Amino acid sequence: MTTSQQKETYLDALLERGYSRRDFMKFVTFITAYMGLEHSMVSQVAKALETKKRIPVIWEHFQECTGCTESFIRSDHPIVADIILDSISLDYTDTLMAAAGHNAESAKQKSMKENYGKYILIVEGAVPTKDGGVYCTIAGRTAVDILKESAAGAAAIITFGSCSAYGGVQAAYPNPTGSVPVDAIIKDKPIIKVPGCPPISEVMTGVVIHYAVFGTIPELDSIGRPKQFYGKRVHDSCYRRPYFDAGLFAESYDSEEAKKGYCLYKLGCRGPVTYNACGFMEWNNGVSFPIKSGYPCIGCSENNFWDNGPFQERLVNISGFGIEATADKIGKVVLGVAAGGAALHAIATNVLKRKEIKESIESGMENEKHLNS
Amino acid sequence: MNRIVVDPITRIEGHLRIEAKVENGKIVDAYSSSTMVRGMEKIVEGRDPRDVWAFVQRACGVCTTVHAIASIRTVEDALDIVVPPNAEIARNLITISHAIQDHVIHFYHLHALDWVDVTKVLEADPKATSEIAQSISKWPNSSPGYFADVKARVKKLVDSGQLGIFTNGYWGHPAMKLPPEVNLLAVAHYLEALEWQKEIIKVHTILGGKNPHPHFLVGGMASPINLDDAGGLNAERLAYIKHLLKQAHKFVNEVYVPDLMAIASFYKDWGAIGESKFKNYLAYGDLPTDNYRNPSSFKWPGGIILNGDLSKVHPIDLENTSEIQEFVYKAWYDYSVGKDKGLHPYEGETNIHYTGPEPPYEYLDVEKEYSFIKTPRWKGMPMEVGPLSRMLIGYASGKEEYKEVIDWALKTLDVPVNVLFSTLGRTAARGLETKLLADWGLEFIDQLLANIKAGDTRMANMEKWDPSTWPDEAKGVGYMEAPRGGLAHWIVIKNQKTERYQMVVPTTWNAGPRDPKGQMSPYESALLGTPIADPANPVEILRTIHSFDPCLACAVHLYDKHGNHVGRISIDTGCAI
Repeated sequence: MTTSQQKETYLDALLERGYSRRDFMKFVTFITAYMGLEHSMVSQVAKALETKKRIPVIWEHFQECTGCTESFIRSDHPIVADIILDSISLDYTDTLMAAAGHNAESAKQKSMKENYGKYILIVEGAVPTKDGGVYCTIAGRTAVDILKESAAGAAAIITFGSCSAYGGVQAAYPNPTGSVPVDAIIKDKPIIKVPGCPPISEVMTGVVIHYAVFGTIPELDSIGRPKQFYGKRVHDSCYRRPYFDAGLFAESYDSEEAKKGYCLYKLGCRGPVTYNACGFMEWNNGVSFPIKSGYPCIGCSENNFWDNGPFQERLVNISGFGIEATADKIGKVVLGVAAGGAALHAIATNVLKRKEIKESIESGMENEKHLNS
Repeated sequence: MNRIVVDPITRIEGHLRIEAKVENGKIVDAYSSSTMVRGMEKIVEGRDPRDVWAFVQRACGVCTTVHAIASIRTVEDALDIVVPPNAEIARNLITISHAIQDHVIHFYHLHALDWVDVTKVLEADPKATSEIAQSISKWPNSSPGYFADVKARVKKLVDSGQLGIFTNGYWGHPAMKLPPEVNLLAVAHYLEALEWQKEIIKVHTILGGKNPHPHFLVGGMASPINLDDAGGLNAERLAYIKHLLKQAHKFVNEVYVPDLMAIASFYKDWGAIGESKFKNYLAYGDLPTDNYRNPSSFKWPGGIILNGDLSKVHPIDLENTSEIQEFVYKAWYDYSVGKDKGLHPYEGETNIHYTGPEPPYEYLDVEKEYSFIKTPRWKGMPMEVGPLSRMLIGYASGKEEYKEVIDWALKTLDVPVNVLFSTLGRTAARGLETKLLADWGLEFIDQLLANIKAGDTRMANMEKWDPSTWPDEAKGVGYMEAPRGGLAHWIVIKNQKTERYQMVVPTTWNAGPRDPKGQMSPYESALLGTPIADPANPVEILRTIHSFDPCLACAVHLYDKHGNHVGRISIDTGCAI
């Protein structure tokens, strides 16, 4: 096809709106000062603004179910059309791109070459390493090989979903194809982990938009997750938390207690050990989240959650947590591992509420004895 | 001889590779290969059967829900659990809202760019587009100004030089036939559909807590009904579901179906291309209006059509070991009984043995094994599954509503009935099915409201939730109709754990490699005779392959690295199907 080679830049946008080149330079002088840069930087800032393009994004799909892409396109704010037309240039993605085969591969190669060091690499899916990586090939090449090539020129990598962040379902016991997460292979790039099976739509687009708007990687916790979305346990932001604190639990599905919306902890809820935004953002533009719809959390944003089961077992019965542990003790153990600002905040909050919590735990344990008898 | 390789086939779920031989501008031979495997069935062995839905649901995030529903039905069949009527309806609402959403996405976002030239939008007159839009539909977004804005948006994208997902598309290809104004209409609705699809799927969020991958429950649904508390489905939640279904009904009838008919009218030649060779069509059936155990109540009837003969629908028995069998003749697996034998899923083995070329490679050795997909057969015959199969079986079963929409479409397009057996027929059947689904969604929500009004608020049967109530050994089969076709799972439960698990999925039927008799599965045979105008840009391959709506991650999930022999299980119990 024939297309204009002209790129739309801030300069173009201003000219289009009737401003002159002189107006543009005034704007540059102002913005340079505003950014706290030396006056000698004006020409460099002007150059950057003249050549500012939409952020190129390469989206690789390896051992995955495409659920993360599906979640991404569910985004309500911004809607996905606005992202891909206005904020980023999605130069490669199996799921949505028009071109196939060599046409698709050459589009990727061209973008990676032209934007070397500047593009964002998004990875959906885990990478099989067993037997030379033959268990996932695209265009005749292994996922391992492709990942190494795509990562080399990336400014940063976003791992969407628990598969690329942690290995996911294919890495669950016995991990038949030797699946590993991205950070097991790529060690020299910033990696933003956005776990979840899948992650919440607006969390995914939020991470991309953060980078597009602010030009920086969002602040991450010690294991690489954006704090703004993964800083709280589902348990801490759950609207059913007061029932937990009061020791009011549903013991069976469709029971009177379940119908009243009591806490699902005894049905295996993983909220107390799961860091995610479900409680405060909810899903599909705030419609609901599993607990609100009556289902215990399965902890899908946590490392190795598939093997931390059965999901029906409540946490105290799972080996590793101790038979007599309470959910809050478990929470503290996990908080200790995760460490970080949010964790300290949560602990501080818990200390302040200690008396209240102690009482509710005692009543909860009393309640449990009653239920177990 | 010119061998074309298309890898990756994009705008699908998963990793699919097509190799085709072209002579004198037509495909004379074709090979369909899946190049990714994970090992789902192996991973669920030993797990709690009540958890398996969550694992196998991750077989696919595009057809999210379908494997979960098949799985809970499989476990319920094994344990002889009958779910309450409200749970049956809730599952139907999930299946319907998903199928509608998935079919719309398929049409606009996965299939349309095979037929629509985005760059031709720049030549379109928005006023003329507006006139076309208003002549085919009463959808309100149809003013000249509206289409002018869309055109300006496309122009801005093209002028930026960064085409993003539209880079290297098949623009200006001789097979593209739409006038600029219809291209503009299609692109406008591409954007609208992208925004709308996130709405209908909220039915899943209400009933299952999230989408993709809503939650499910063996025995019913965990979302309780309580009109007097915010803890469950109350008047607000139920009204929300109905509102979404009404919205969907409008979108399907005023956008999707009119666009489908408008675009199809320019591509009638594709009514003679892409027929799968054997014209055998299979559906298990689904959407009970009474109970899953009463197939005669299904909105989607099950059965088999052989050789395009619409005068007879043959019955199907999922437990009869001589009916459904899977072969590995040209697949990267071994069987202890030899590579030329077929095995029923209850006896199935999954011993991977990759014999393909060492990556990186240019061509597969198609004389040897060439895919991670097995080859299912019904009584030794290849079968096509999907919306076309369901529409044909409904039609052949004499169901009036099927007859009505099919006859209307044939008349509107002025084409004979045999056009259904084609690439165009497959794509049209998907849209016509969506029209029926939109009607049924409203019927089912009204039925749920009527049940609640009559005092039935049960959502789950928990009598056999506790594993101590289970027999030491049990086996079962569960099925459902996924957007892409009939889906069935088989389980053997031993000592309260999953002993064996097998899945035969829609894309396995359609995309499998050849069987020991050399018979092609639908993808391969449908490509034969397809014209290729430009071997360097084979958009025609995409048209036919996309008409099946491939889902590869579903199709490949088998694995046993060390070739462990998986013991045979004798069939000695009956299950109600």
